[in-house]
Amino acid sequence: MSSVQPYVPNKDFIYRAADALADSHLQQALAKAGRGFVDKRSAAVTRVPNFEAMRDRARAVRQKALQDLDIYLLHFEKKVTEAGGQVHWAETPAQMREIVLQLCARHSATRVTKGKSMVGEEVYLNEALEKAGITPFETDLGEYILQLAKEPPSHIVAPALHKTRAQIQDLFLHHHALGERDLSAVEAIVDEARQVIRDRFLRADIGITGANLLIAETGTVAIATNEGNGDLTATLPRAHIVTTTIDRVVPTWEDASAILRVLARSATGQQTTTYTSFFTGARGDTDKDGPEAFHVVLLDNRRSQLLGSEYQEMLHCIRCGACMNHCPVYQAVGGHTYDSVYPGPMGAVLTPLLRHRDGDYQLPNASTFCGRCESVCPVKIPLPDLMRKLRNREQQEARFKGAGYWITKVFCALAASPRLYRALTSIGTKLAAALGARRGRFSKLPLLGGWTAHRDFPAPQGGSFQSQWRRNGKAQPPVGACPAGD
Amino acid sequence: MNTALPGTPLHVGLFATCPVDLLRPSVGFATAKLLEQAGCRVSVPPQSCCGQVAFNNGDPDATRKLAWRIVKDFEPFDYIVLPSGSCSGMIRLHYPALFRDDPRFDRVNRFCSKVYELTTFLAEVIDYRPAAPNCNLAQRNITYHDSCAGLRELNIRDQPRQLLKQCAGVDVTEMRDTEACCGFGGTFCVKFPAVSNRMVADKVDNARDAGADLLLGGDLSCLLNIAGKIQRQQNESPQLSKVQVRHVAEVLAGDLDAPAIGEGAEAQIPHE
Ligand code: SF4
Repeated sequence: MSSVQPYVPNKDFIYRAADALADSHLQQALAKAGRGFVDKRSAAVTRVPNFEAMRDRARAVRQKALQDLDIYLLHFEKKVTEAGGQVHWAETPAQMREIVLQLCARHSATRVTKGKSMVGEEVYLNEALEKAGITPFETDLGEYILQLAKEPPSHIVAPALHKTRAQIQDLFLHHHALGERDLSAVEAIVDEARQVIRDRFLRADIGITGANLLIAETGTVAIATNEGNGDLTATLPRAHIVTTTIDRVVPTWEDASAILRVLARSATGQQTTTYTSFFTGARGDTDKDGPEAFHVVLLDNRRSQLLGSEYQEMLHCIRCGACMNHCPVYQAVGGHTYDSVYPGPMGAVLTPLLRHRDGDYQLPNASTFCGRCESVCPVKIPLPDLMRKLRNREQQEARFKGAGYWITKVFCALAASPRLYRALTSIGTKLAAALGARRGRFSKLPLLGGWTAHRDFPAPQGGSFQSQWRRNGKAQPPVGACPAGD
Repeated sequence: MNTALPGTPLHVGLFATCPVDLLRPSVGFATAKLLEQAGCRVSVPPQSCCGQVAFNNGDPDATRKLAWRIVKDFEPFDYIVLPSGSCSGMIRLHYPALFRDDPRFDRVNRFCSKVYELTTFLAEVIDYRPAAPNCNLAQRNITYHDSCAGLRELNIRDQPRQLLKQCAGVDVTEMRDTEACCGFGGTFCVKFPAVSNRMVADKVDNARDAGADLLLGGDLSCLLNIAGKIQRQQNESPQLSKVQVRHVAEVLAGDLDAPAIGEGAEAQIPHE
């Protein structure tokens, strides 16, 4: 069949956004979560004397870490090895999956528990494990809910943010054969999840977690959680595998604390997460518990290409989620509309840089550049600037330029000659004003269908400001009450 | 800070910005009136666009070309004043970045430091205090939309509120989520109409919830978006409360003869 489809720029995002806007469950969930995050963060940052200085300090730590990333990474590896662990390097998602599967085989694992790991999501680790006959059990409540629902996360801190309590209740009633019971209270849901998940910790051969930070000084992996599931995942099974990326490293514990100080405040408005756990190597001779084997798998997946590039600052990201919590686009359409593990403003920059999939440039276009993300980012990443750079890159790479490109080009050519511009626009605005004078607005306009689909377009008052000024020579009330002429 | 010699009025170049120039000249005239009341001499040289559209759509070369024109045409003035936070932010913050590796950088940078958004210029540069208020809107319930670039790039928040108090006896009734974007976003509003619509609908709801009958702001493009949404809603549901929309300069100058944004000559409601 060869029907010619009209070219719609950004169509995938637009279609997904339309679905999201029409999804009443999603809208209910977003409305509930969004304001909570914003209010809590705002209260948390006003409780400390100088949050700005804490942001600057955190940013400086990230800059320092990236400046000599190779040195810190090698030092981290050395220290992990000294502590009886092992570091593995994965350039691609496929290599990371391969390494994890080999480790599972080495430890004869058939069951693994998993703490929340966005990197695990980035490389589709669960699918790979299942294919190899290994059962992954998610132990983070949000991730567990999504595992039942067979859905990807929609938020980097609260992965199941898009689910309503009622939807979660239905999932539990359907998947847990626990008979008649009342799950209408959030506490009942959490209790049931705890009960189901706890049993799995005890039966797991390997625990896989992510990492919030890697501390080079001692080869330590830091994990911040609110459920304590990270600790149980890391310490109960025979082996602990950390799936993370090369940009998580910081030089010292002091540096780590500078990051942790802004992380929880920005993410959930907590001073610190309920659990902040530090793992260094495998169980030592004198340790009473802990895994016999400790592996850190470090993924690159194009991050090293960003070093020294105009996008390096994106590697500052500490995955707090504040940018999406404060993003009006994310709040309207939710994380799945971004079709990436990394949604919202940080995802709009990171996804095109890491994934290179057709259509990824739609993400940095889906922003009003309102700048709220940058204003809350704890490490001051200039997210709108980076999105703008990506729009520029898209234009440079584009083989076919869309209508928008040509309209902008023609406008700029005209605007480059202010006198010609003044003459033409004076005529144009008078004409448009004459047409719209009576009502003062248009409900349909050529080329502005996107606008007039949802709102009226206010009619020009008539005649441009500069042409009237030139005629009148000085400031005086305009002829606004008589829209058509001057 | 006042750099002119005593007795010589400051010479201000008024850069109206595209939306004001093309759609609502009354804002340009109100701006000029305020500047003259504040003792400045005002000129309006031939002008077009600050380049923001090209800049945000990934065309830095075209932007630099437009920017350089503006630098050359406006640098003779003591100050350059715009009734827009967005275009002022574009010039003050982004022009220097655009010319970072260019031999013209110093000249551009010097120019940019003379560029001000109207309310900031009035409140902070020349400390404008009218002898008598230009109008009295104390009876109206007025809310204020802080446009994003002005708010976050230039810290414009208190300036218009302070001036409204002095010039029009107005205490602003704050609406919920004043920090949130109205959904205009330049070409965003036509590229992603449904998302933009949702954002502007939220904004209008918040204004109505605050009980406002007049919404003011410092950026005409956002105001066109908000007014257009209000009027579409009122067409569809005439029972909704009426909210008028105006640029803050019109109210500060007391220039309220022109119909509010998007209202025709026939729809004029008398004002106090
Ligand atoms: S970009 Fe900034 S605000 Fe967004 S997740 Fe990363 S650190 Fe947090």
